[in-house]
Order: sequence, then structure tokens, then C-alpha cells
Amino acid sequence: MKKIINLQPHNGTRWLLALLPFLLLLLLYVAASNARLADNPGDKLLPAMGSFADAIQRMAFEPDKRSGDYLLWVDTGSSLIRLGLGVGISALAGLAFGILNGAIPFARAPLSPLVTFLSLIPPMAILPILFIIFGMDELAKVMLIIIGITPALIRDMQQRVLEIPAEQLIKAQTLGASSWQIILRVVLPQILPRLLASVRLALGSAWLFLIAAEAIASTDGLGYRIFLVRRYLAMDVILPYVIWITLLAFFIDYGLKKISQWSFPWFHSQTGDGGKS
Amino acid sequence: MRNLLKALILAPVFCAALAVVGIAHAEERKSFSVCWSIYVGWMPWDYGAQQGIVKKWADKYGIAIDVVQINDYVESINQYTAGKYDGCTMTNMDALTIPAAGGVDSTALIVGDFSNGNDGVVLKGKKSLADIKGQSVNLVELSVSHYLLARGLESVGLSEKDLKVVNTSDADLVAAFATPDVTSVVTWNPLLSEILTMPNSNKVFDSSQIPGEIIDLMVVNSDVLKANPKFGKALVGAWYEIMATMSAQDAKGKAAREFMAKASGTDLAGFEAQLASTKMFYTAKDAVAFTTSAQLKTTMEYVAKFSFDHGLLGDGAADAGFIGVETAAGLYGSSKNVKLRFDPSYMQMALDGKL
Repeated sequence: MKKIINLQPHNGTRWLLALLPFLLLLLLYVAASNARLADNPGDKLLPAMGSFADAIQRMAFEPDKRSGDYLLWVDTGSSLIRLGLGVGISALAGLAFGILNGAIPFARAPLSPLVTFLSLIPPMAILPILFIIFGMDELAKVMLIIIGITPALIRDMQQRVLEIPAEQLIKAQTLGASSWQIILRVVLPQILPRLLASVRLALGSAWLFLIAAEAIASTDGLGYRIFLVRRYLAMDVILPYVIWITLLAFFIDYGLKKISQWSFPWFHSQTGDGGKS
Repeated sequence: MRNLLKALILAPVFCAALAVVGIAHAEERKSFSVCWSIYVGWMPWDYGAQQGIVKKWADKYGIAIDVVQINDYVESINQYTAGKYDGCTMTNMDALTIPAAGGVDSTALIVGDFSNGNDGVVLKGKKSLADIKGQSVNLVELSVSHYLLARGLESVGLSEKDLKVVNTSDADLVAAFATPDVTSVVTWNPLLSEILTMPNSNKVFDSSQIPGEIIDLMVVNSDVLKANPKFGKALVGAWYEIMATMSAQDAKGKAAREFMAKASGTDLAGFEAQLASTKMFYTAKDAVAFTTSAQLKTTMEYVAKFSFDHGLLGDGAADAGFIGVETAAGLYGSSKNVKLRFDPSYMQMALDGKL
């Protein structure tokens, strides 16, 4: 008999097994929802599937009665712009300062302890200070994301630069490369795929800070809508929004992974996740 | 395999448990729980629970009542609506838009007070409400602040279209007002008094200009109350004993107010300043008179219209009267869908000394 660690599910079985937990969750939900609705047809805590369909129809495909906007798309647009700006700027800063700290000891000496210190401050704890410095508008929301994820990105990039084998740097120098050339031709290409990997991991926190920023003061956005309708327990709107956010996050992550695989095949053949998944 | 079987058997049990959890049942029971959150008009519940007054009255009727503090106001109402508590403190507007709109038939058992200046509109630099035109206004959207703003705007011939409402968490409003971007806010005490201590801030409208419209209640599940009148009697009995104690101008009354001040994070002077802008109904007589007045019905009509205009009554609502509100002066809205009841009968019992 085959040992269990050697038993591999076939392709079809694999899909089925992957879907099974989701189906069970759905079943669990429907059962619980039906039980509550039988008790109180107006129950808002666990709405029926039909209510979700109505809510999605209303939020995504009908103009809002008051503003005339298609709320889901307006919210998605504003949130994605904030997230894109926040994560984009953080990634650039992470790359620049990471390389600077990693490659130049005289930059690392003053900056590295500071970045470590900054990365340990919980951004939510200094919200009132952030408000006073950055105001309450779009800038503040983007800044919260940046402050939340940049220090960790810088630290990670610095570490990756330091991991580049010393032999490579020595070799480049014996070939006559200047510091600038080494940074540009040896360090940067090796760091870029690692930056994408770090950004993928940082996206989770970025979403967290985005939703928090939108919950605090906002006029639109996915987090804004969730916290607004929470005031009247509209779970029929909240749950589809949560699933939508999850899907968006999944596709952004998937997109970044694909970009990384196309642009840096050598990196993925090294780490063993090249192209297959 | 055995584990899988176990899981298959346990899953439906878990579903059932999830479904049953917290649905307040209507049958006769012995133990009840109510929740409250920090607000000047609800601090007496804390005092009553800590000093054993609630327990004394519960014992008298042979039941047990658990009084639970919840830190987040909206969360406390949501928990009540979900069925985790038999009663909860809330305003008249939230009682209509959260539990009643959520199909939970609710009864305003005790009408405790109304805001008489506790909620206000504050402008930076400007001195009159009409100056709010064109500004961004930071407030907790869809809350009583929003309602107050709407009523204020009506009084100066403006509407919400003339300004931009920015939803802002109450926890951050004070910090927000300190930033240059924020020029106007609508909020409640103790945040309101905190903001008014800042330079250049002017209160241009407050709830004393719409007296009796923002009402603070103890709301209980109607079915639970119907099956357990003892629950209502014990709560009302305890409430008016607490009221008598805290309103007395003697050492005991002062101690009670000091206790509540401390529990709400302020001192006696601060708490009494908040009490001054709150019209407390210290006696059952005042509360019954207010609850049986015709004005209450008119107020609920305003509130229902505001709620309907902002989509708070749900999508099934065809008009502001979708949810019936029963008051002593008559019914407002649909008689087929009565979900909020102002019932003065228990307070009347307290007035008649029948508890």
C-alpha cells in the first residue's frame, strides 16, 4: 500500500477538494441564514442569497437615488486609486532607500536604525498626529498606507541587498565598475523581483490601512461604504463588499505574480515557482 | 475516516447552534440581559448595576437582569438587533433605523431624556448657521448628528445639497477639528464641549432648538416584554429609584453623580454641564407626559422622513411610513408593519406606585 504522503490527488479531484471547503462554508451560511429568517423574516444579520443579489444589483448596476452614481464602481475606483498611489509610492521609496541602505555603508549607518525605529511605530496609534500633519483629505489616506508599509519594505530591501554575494560585487569592481554602475547593473536587477515579492506580501497591510483610513473620514471608497452601512446593519451590502475586496486583492496579487514571472523568469526558476502555477 | 464522519455530523449541529445563538426567545424566562454604552443619559444604568439597585428590583420579581456595558454605541445596537440582548439603550432614530428596520419588534420601555443642547453644529470662524453653505461638514453620517444638521438646514432654508457631508468616526472628530482642512463639524457631548474649548469655534445650532426630537431610550424586545412583564417592571422600577437618587440634592445624590461622572471619564462639574444640556425625566410623571404627548408622533414622523430620504428604512420601504410607529397619540405609518412601540404603561405603573 502506498504511504499517504505519496498519494497525489488527480487534477479533477484536486479541484473538487479545493472547492469543498468553500461549498461547506456556503452550506453552513445558508442553513444558519434560513434558521434566522424563519424566526424573523426581516433579519439583517444573515440575509438570504436573494438579498445579496438585490444589494449587488442596487449597488453596482443602478444609479444611486441621491447622487446618481453607481456606488460600487465609484467606491472601487476611489479605493483602488488610493491603494495604487500608496503602494506605488511605498514601493519606489522602499526600492530607493533599500538600495541606498544596503549598498552604501555611510547611508546605512544613520538611516538603518531610524527606519527600524519607524517601522515599529504602530501607525494607527499616531492617527491624530497624522491628521494634523496631512489633513483629512486624500493625502492623509495615501500617507497612512505609505507610513504603514514603507519602513518594512525598506528594511526588507536593505536585507536583500546585503544578501547579494560579496563575490559578485568584487568581480564587478575588478572589471572596473563604479559604485553607480554596480548599483545599477548588479544590485538593481537582482532586487526588482524581490521588491515585487515584498509588495505582494505588503498588500494585505496596505488594504488594512486603506480601509481604516476610509473608515475614519471619507466620502467614498469600499471601506467608507462598509462602515457607513454598518450603522444600519446592512449585512446584505457588507458581505458582497467584503467578497469583492477579497477578489480585488486576489487579482492584484495574481497580477503582480504574473508580471514578476514574465519579467524575471530567472528569479522564479531559482525559487522554484516559475510559470507552473 | 472517523474524523470525517465526526465532522459531517458536527457541521449541521454547528449550523444549528449558530442559528440559535442569540435569537431572543419569547417564552417566559428567568434571566435577562440588557446593554448600554457611555452617554450622559445612560450612565444611570451603570450606577444602578454597580450599586445593586437593578439586582434589588430583579430579585423583587424573582428574575435576574445582567447589565452589560458595550464600548461601541452602534455595535451595542447591532448586538441587540442580532438578538444577543433583550434590551439596549439607544436614541429614537437609531431604534427606528436599526432594530425596527431590521424586523425586530421593539418597545421603548423607558423614555429617559431628550437632548437639549447635547448635540450641536460647530463652525470654525463663522458665526451663523447659514455660513455652512458650500462647506465640507465632518460628522458621523446617518447618525443623530446628521439628523440635527438636516433639521438645522431646513430652518435656514438650505438643504444637504448645499454642502458636502464627510463621514468621520466619532473617535477622531476632536482631532479632526484641530486640522486646518476641517471647518465644520456636527457632534454630541462630550465631544461637543471638547471642540468648543478650541479657539475660533462657534456653536451655531444645537438640539435645544429642536427640543424633544433626539430622545434617549431604553428599548426592549417587544416579544420578550410581552411574555415577561416582570422584566419590564423590574427595569422601570430600578430606573426610577436611580433617578430619585441621582436627582436628589443631598450627599447621596452628589455621590451618585460623582460616580457617573467618573465612569464617563469626566469630573462632577463636567458631568453636570452635560446634564444641563440634557432634559432628564427624573420622574415617571414627566416621562409619561412626554410619551403621551402628540408631539412625539410628529417627531417620529420627521425622523422617519429623514431616515427614508437617506435609505435607512431598507429597500422594501416605499415611503416614510413603511415601518409603523405606535405612540400613545396614535400610529404613524403602516399598521401592518408596526415594529417600534412607545409604551408608557410601565412608566405609568411607576407613577401610580404599582411596581
